[in-house]
Amino acid sequence: MSKKLVLEESAGFNQKVIEYVHRASATGLYEIRGMGAKRQLPSFDDLVFLAGSASRYPLEGYREKCTTTTVLGTRFAKKPIELAIPITVAGMSFGALSGRVKEALGRAATEMGTSTTTGDGGMTPEERQSSKTLVYQCLPSRYGFNPDDLRKADAIELVIGQGAKPGGGGMLLGQKVTKRVAGMRTLPVGVDQRSACRHPDWTGPDDLAIKVAELREITDWEKPIYIKVGATRTFNDVKLAVHAGADVIVVDGMQGGTAATQTVFIEHIGIPTLAALRQAVDALEDMNMRGKVQLIVSGGIRTGADVAKALAMGADAVAIGQGVLLSLGCNSSSYVQNGQHIDATADYNALGTAPGFCHHCQTGKCPVGVTTQDEILEQRLEPLVGAKRLKNYLKTLNMELTTVARACGKSNVHHLEKEDLVALTLEAAAMAKIPLAGTNWIPGVSPF
Amino acid sequence: MESLDLHKITVRELNQFLHKELPGKGVKKLEILNPDGVHSIAAGMDTEVDIDIQGHGGYYVGGMNKHANITVHGNVGWGVAENMMSGTVRVKGFASSAAGASGHGGTLIIEGDTSLRCGISMKGIDIVVGGSIGNFSGFMAQAGRMVICGDAGDGLGDSMYEAVFYVRGNIKSLGADAQIEPMTDADYAAVQELLNRAGFKHDPKEFKRVAGAKKLYNWNADANQEY
Ligand code: SF4
Repeated sequence: MSKKLVLEESAGFNQKVIEYVHRASATGLYEIRGMGAKRQLPSFDDLVFLAGSASRYPLEGYREKCTTTTVLGTRFAKKPIELAIPITVAGMSFGALSGRVKEALGRAATEMGTSTTTGDGGMTPEERQSSKTLVYQCLPSRYGFNPDDLRKADAIELVIGQGAKPGGGGMLLGQKVTKRVAGMRTLPVGVDQRSACRHPDWTGPDDLAIKVAELREITDWEKPIYIKVGATRTFNDVKLAVHAGADVIVVDGMQGGTAATQTVFIEHIGIPTLAALRQAVDALEDMNMRGKVQLIVSGGIRTGADVAKALAMGADAVAIGQGVLLSLGCNSSSYVQNGQHIDATADYNALGTAPGFCHHCQTGKCPVGVTTQDEILEQRLEPLVGAKRLKNYLKTLNMELTTVARACGKSNVHHLEKEDLVALTLEAAAMAKIPLAGTNWIPGVSPF
Repeated sequence: MESLDLHKITVRELNQFLHKELPGKGVKKLEILNPDGVHSIAAGMDTEVDIDIQGHGGYYVGGMNKHANITVHGNVGWGVAENMMSGTVRVKGFASSAAGASGHGGTLIIEGDTSLRCGISMKGIDIVVGGSIGNFSGFMAQAGRMVICGDAGDGLGDSMYEAVFYVRGNIKSLGADAQIEPMTDADYAAVQELLNRAGFKHDPKEFKRVAGAKKLYNWNADANQEY
């Protein structure tokens, strides 16, 4: 009689951990990858809406008006920006993305009346031209940062940190530093572009206030200034950003994506978006600044439900990165060329992955032409096709957002409120300070 | 000569005048009185004009300067001429931290000493320092040249890319991947040209060349903690 094979996987040393130890032992290098945290985290999925019934009445889902207009930068800027929807495109660099992708983002955002954002490496003419409202990032590296583009921007985002890697600098591996990227960043072609984790010309919060004032002076106090923080000590960071004079604060939770970062950062540094958003709102309320300083939240926002929940918790808008890339075809098994769907599975396999599992943006060999600088691969994303897909995606999110808002009886999406939400798990209830469904219990706040 | 007095107008009014009214006026030279350490004086200039700041400036004097020639008759705080694109900024006294940080072009001349992180992330600017520079100067310096007539502190040129530094005095320590290299005729000529521009009299033969060893250009296991 043959012996029965019993395979018992260790919880601690599971397949993934074994692979990690083997890889580390073979290379002596930590892993660098793209996209965001893959681990299970408390998230907006752990919240649900109560909506209207007898005690509150809903609005007619298809007929009654529900406003989505979003104004950002009302505190100090002479020219705040007005968006048609509270869903913006997060900062992603030309370098990480191709010029064609940047163009697609600009086109879609413009058609939807929202903003896109530059990234490390500066502003490309393609994105300035195609984006009606463009937010210009001021990052620690200052790659490609210059006063002409600053004046061309509609808003300025001073980036202190990113949700995927708070405390860590950026990275663009040499394979993506092509002639054009290198030229924009004043670097030799093919070197690894490292970005510092701290700004070169200021350190603490008091210096930050002086830096913000300088950017305002240079732009004659016209443009809204955002301050973006990666979610860690969010309560304190938001307070310091308000103190520094921000018009808008962007909080990027740990589910936020990246083009290339150490896996140890992506999975182990920062706090979930859910917890960060609640801390940010607490900080603004504590300073009596809600409504005066606007709050944008990012990091794993995927659906209209996520947007609605973020707004109900107190955000004024959301920013989306990974969802935007997915809408362009990231992790799809095919790309579209001349109207034909062309299978890309073999190219995923060559990277050691498969559609649906890819996080290989750092390689520059994106099978669908999204995060690449390769002249052949980048052709796989046609700007007009990409723009149409992204427009559809943003439109869908906005429709979901308004339909949820109407169900909650709101004629303006910004009227969604915490009282519209309950939590499904204890963790989410504690982090979001929202009662556990069917109870009034908020752990640490109110008794069961 | 046009005079603008910071006891009578705010720095915001000053800068708005410099950005919006000055360009069409044909003014070639102006002075700013009573700066009293105010921040962001003449930040964001985009006009060819000579500006004399009669006293001490705060942070970011001449920040992001294009075209203007600014002289500070005193000391300055952090980030003088940060991210400068073109033109000249001259500080007759001392400069605090991050002088010329991420500068893309133009010339920054400091007649006295500078504090920490001079020339950090520089991207093409020329910096000439009459005195000494503080620790961690030239961190991640990408392009441009820095001439230091005095001494350099700890960690000079850490993780530098293609910038080149010329140091006349002692270097307390070099940062990761920075190395001393032999001077060539082109280096002597460059030092002479930069000294002339600054109006400093030294023999170029007294200077050492510091540049990146390029060992950290691509990620590898041997770079270890230094990468
Ligand atoms: S498909 Fe492209 S964009 Fe998506 S994770 Fe893979 S490499 Fe990155």
